[in-house]
Amino acid sequence: MLPGFGLSFGFTLAWLTLIVLIPLATIFLKAAGLGWSEFLAVGFSRRAMAAYQLSFGTAAVAGLVNAVFGLIVAWVLVRYDFTGKQVVSALVDLPFALPTAVAGIALTALYTPTGWIGQFLEPLGIKVAFTWIGITIALVFIGLPFVVRSVEPVLADLGREVEEAAATLGATRWQTFTRVIFPAIGPALLTGFALAFARGVGEYGSVIFISGNMPGRTEIAPLLIVTQLEQYAYAGATAIAVVMMLASFAVLLLINLVQAASRRRTGA
Amino acid sequence: MSMAPTSESPLARAALITVALVFLGFFLLLPLLAVFSEALRQGAGPFLDALHTPDALAAIRLTLLIAAISVPLNMVFGVAASWAITKFQFPGKALLITLIDLPFSVSPVVSGLIFVLLFGANGLFGAWLAEHDLKIIFAVPGIVLATVFITFPFVARELIPLMLEQGKDDEEAAISLGANGWQTFWHVTLPNIRWGLLYGVLLCNARAMGEFGAVSVVSGHIRGETNTMPLHVEILYNEYDFVGAFAVASLLALLALVTLIAKTVLEWRFGLHAGARH
Amino acid sequence: MTTRDTHLALRRRVVLAGALGLGLMLAGCSGGGSKSGAVELTNVSYDPTRELYQAINPAFAAFWKQKTGKDVTFRMSHGGSGKQSRAIIDGLEADVATLALAYDIDAIAEKGKLLPADWQKALPDNSAPYTSTIVFLVRKGNPKGIKDWGDLVKPGVEVITANPKTGGGARWNFLAAWAYGRKAGGSDAAAEAYVKQLFQHVPVLDSGARGSTTTFVERGIGDVLISWENEAFLAEKKLGAGKFEIVAPSISILAEPSVAVVTANAKKHGTTEVADAYLRYLYTPEAQTAIAHNFYRPRDPAIAQQFKAQFPEIPMVTIDKDFGGWAKAQKTFFDDGGVFDRIYTKK
Repeated sequence: MLPGFGLSFGFTLAWLTLIVLIPLATIFLKAAGLGWSEFLAVGFSRRAMAAYQLSFGTAAVAGLVNAVFGLIVAWVLVRYDFTGKQVVSALVDLPFALPTAVAGIALTALYTPTGWIGQFLEPLGIKVAFTWIGITIALVFIGLPFVVRSVEPVLADLGREVEEAAATLGATRWQTFTRVIFPAIGPALLTGFALAFARGVGEYGSVIFISGNMPGRTEIAPLLIVTQLEQYAYAGATAIAVVMMLASFAVLLLINLVQAASRRRTGA
Repeated sequence: MSMAPTSESPLARAALITVALVFLGFFLLLPLLAVFSEALRQGAGPFLDALHTPDALAAIRLTLLIAAISVPLNMVFGVAASWAITKFQFPGKALLITLIDLPFSVSPVVSGLIFVLLFGANGLFGAWLAEHDLKIIFAVPGIVLATVFITFPFVARELIPLMLEQGKDDEEAAISLGANGWQTFWHVTLPNIRWGLLYGVLLCNARAMGEFGAVSVVSGHIRGETNTMPLHVEILYNEYDFVGAFAVASLLALLALVTLIAKTVLEWRFGLHAGARH
Repeated sequence: MTTRDTHLALRRRVVLAGALGLGLMLAGCSGGGSKSGAVELTNVSYDPTRELYQAINPAFAAFWKQKTGKDVTFRMSHGGSGKQSRAIIDGLEADVATLALAYDIDAIAEKGKLLPADWQKALPDNSAPYTSTIVFLVRKGNPKGIKDWGDLVKPGVEVITANPKTGGGARWNFLAAWAYGRKAGGSDAAAEAYVKQLFQHVPVLDSGARGSTTTFVERGIGDVLISWENEAFLAEKKLGAGKFEIVAPSISILAEPSVAVVTANAKKHGTTEVADAYLRYLYTPEAQTAIAHNFYRPRDPAIAQQFKAQFPEIPMVTIDKDFGGWAKAQKTFFDDGGVFDRIYTKK
């Protein structure tokens, strides 16, 4: 039995309570001041539902895009050597460092009809900026490091022995990947997806520039919170915040439970 | 490391590398280049001038200060949390991990708002603070709190999977050989996790310096005083000083890139590649 | 600016914060007051006034020094008007608030109780020492031939304006359009029909006035930008000299950015006198000239006469006479379930 459980657990809980739980509790407290019927009216209005649909939908699409390409990026970074790898690796964390507003401005500049990329899409009739595609692109940018950084360490730690064994037993490389490697990195990939998704749902700074903010069409949920605040309706703002937070929390919890279960099964 | 049975054909390899690079090129490199090209649109002179104004310097100083306070706090927390979570069994572990992740999923708009609801003039502690003439929001402590909240999960998130993977055999061996808890931590655990820890700290730092939404709510935007670099970027942008805005933004991006490249180089020089920990 | 003093103060707070570790909340004390002998005024303003107050602050400091022998320094804060108003309510200790619309200062009086409800009577001209109005900015040569509001709803015309639910300036735009619709159609129903049609020509709703100017000027989106007059001048003269033209519509609205001493804060900081003098200074010929140079319309008739050529003559409605004041306009048009929501939900 290792020592330090009391200290580390106690400190973790205390700090968590102080920095995260108490502050978040104020949101619920404030929203509770609304009363049930008004809470439902604000938190589940037609407009809010459309915004949730957009925010959760684009975050899910962006999360999936990131899961696929993030896995490839992580794979390439861990398994292969090529010139400039260090720089590429550092680049992956850029979305964490770049202020979200700057990312939004830069992406908008790229994808408007006169932008570097937009000018080629415009003749094809593809509109990116000020549509849900633009929002998704911003969220892909924001979420990518979550996937790569979740998968990378696990992939790096994965012993080659199992793969070799699989190869000796006559498995093709693809079979080895789908039957051996993928199950091992699956939980990490899921975590990465969940984090990217959760972060995308709440993202504001980078999205407002590229979304166009059209009511009912490209209006994201965090924008509705700001709209409420502009009316000095703090309680209304917290009502929307509570709905979003509970939904994200449920997704994260579900995924962490799935992982805990899979760890127990594999005995790690 | 013989690669033959556990590697892909050169063609598949090249294809995967190409896909990864093209993807990163479109989604990361192009936006970065757009930032730099805007910043350098009028040449290097205005670019440097923009970084040399008193307000920009004050913003840089404040940003470094905020990071210097909040990153160590979250580092200590991250180590403690991952020690508790990975070395012991207790009920509700998945719940605890989810709660630690929670700040990732809270909209930055809300993360600022919660501190206003707590410490604002009409907040829960507002009256008490005013009575004692203490300032939290619209001053440095509020910005620190918002930053700590936003970057809360980074170190723990980095360490938990790593320490799970490593198990607790090394530590148990040290204890059975007579080492005490601190000695075990310093001489056994810390060397094992130092790269993961460094990595988590760097990410935490990058995010702490770059955070915009939450800080914007609690800062008060007072020039030369409570404007961090990201806020200064927004202000310059709103003043149509695009060169200035992107110059400060590219400085932020550069800061992050340099620290991350330095970390990669360090790892590589000491032969401690992420994949060769054991 | 006393950047040096503020840094010192900042550093002092930091050392304290570091020393107290978790007790961060104990750091720092109030920013106002007279630490270095100089009086410090915190002016919380909205985005477009930066150049204006950069010109006025040193002039007032010199004026005040000459008059009283005392030094005065400034802490400036700029941001979206509504956000700034909320910051003051939530404890940002502004001595004076210089915001985009009276509604935002009303909110400080009503929700923050930091100044009397009749604050607008404290200073001349509704406490608005400078005004502006809403005009159109079009691309050079006016390729779509836009002369008036009616032209904005012609087929193929794209209009750029900000979201009135999140931007103070955009509310002025909306009300100006409403005034036209009501005049042209003769009824509120006609006005609503016109505004609804107008917003169908809007491809992007930025969250604030500055965002929509950027969209129009930098991104090249849209044929016409509905804009504050001072912003339009700025875009025409500075942002893209020679690339844009200003079009004055047949009717617009008198936009009155309001200023007020936040009395509770000023009293706490002992700055009531200087704050009041500062705002009154805005009405002096010197300040009024600086105001005109920054493309706001001066109140002083003599100065206005002097800059007559700069500002086109436009018939204007006012918020108080034609819309029954901000409180009513906000509720009718922009609150949840108001007219703006309606024109977007009714298919």
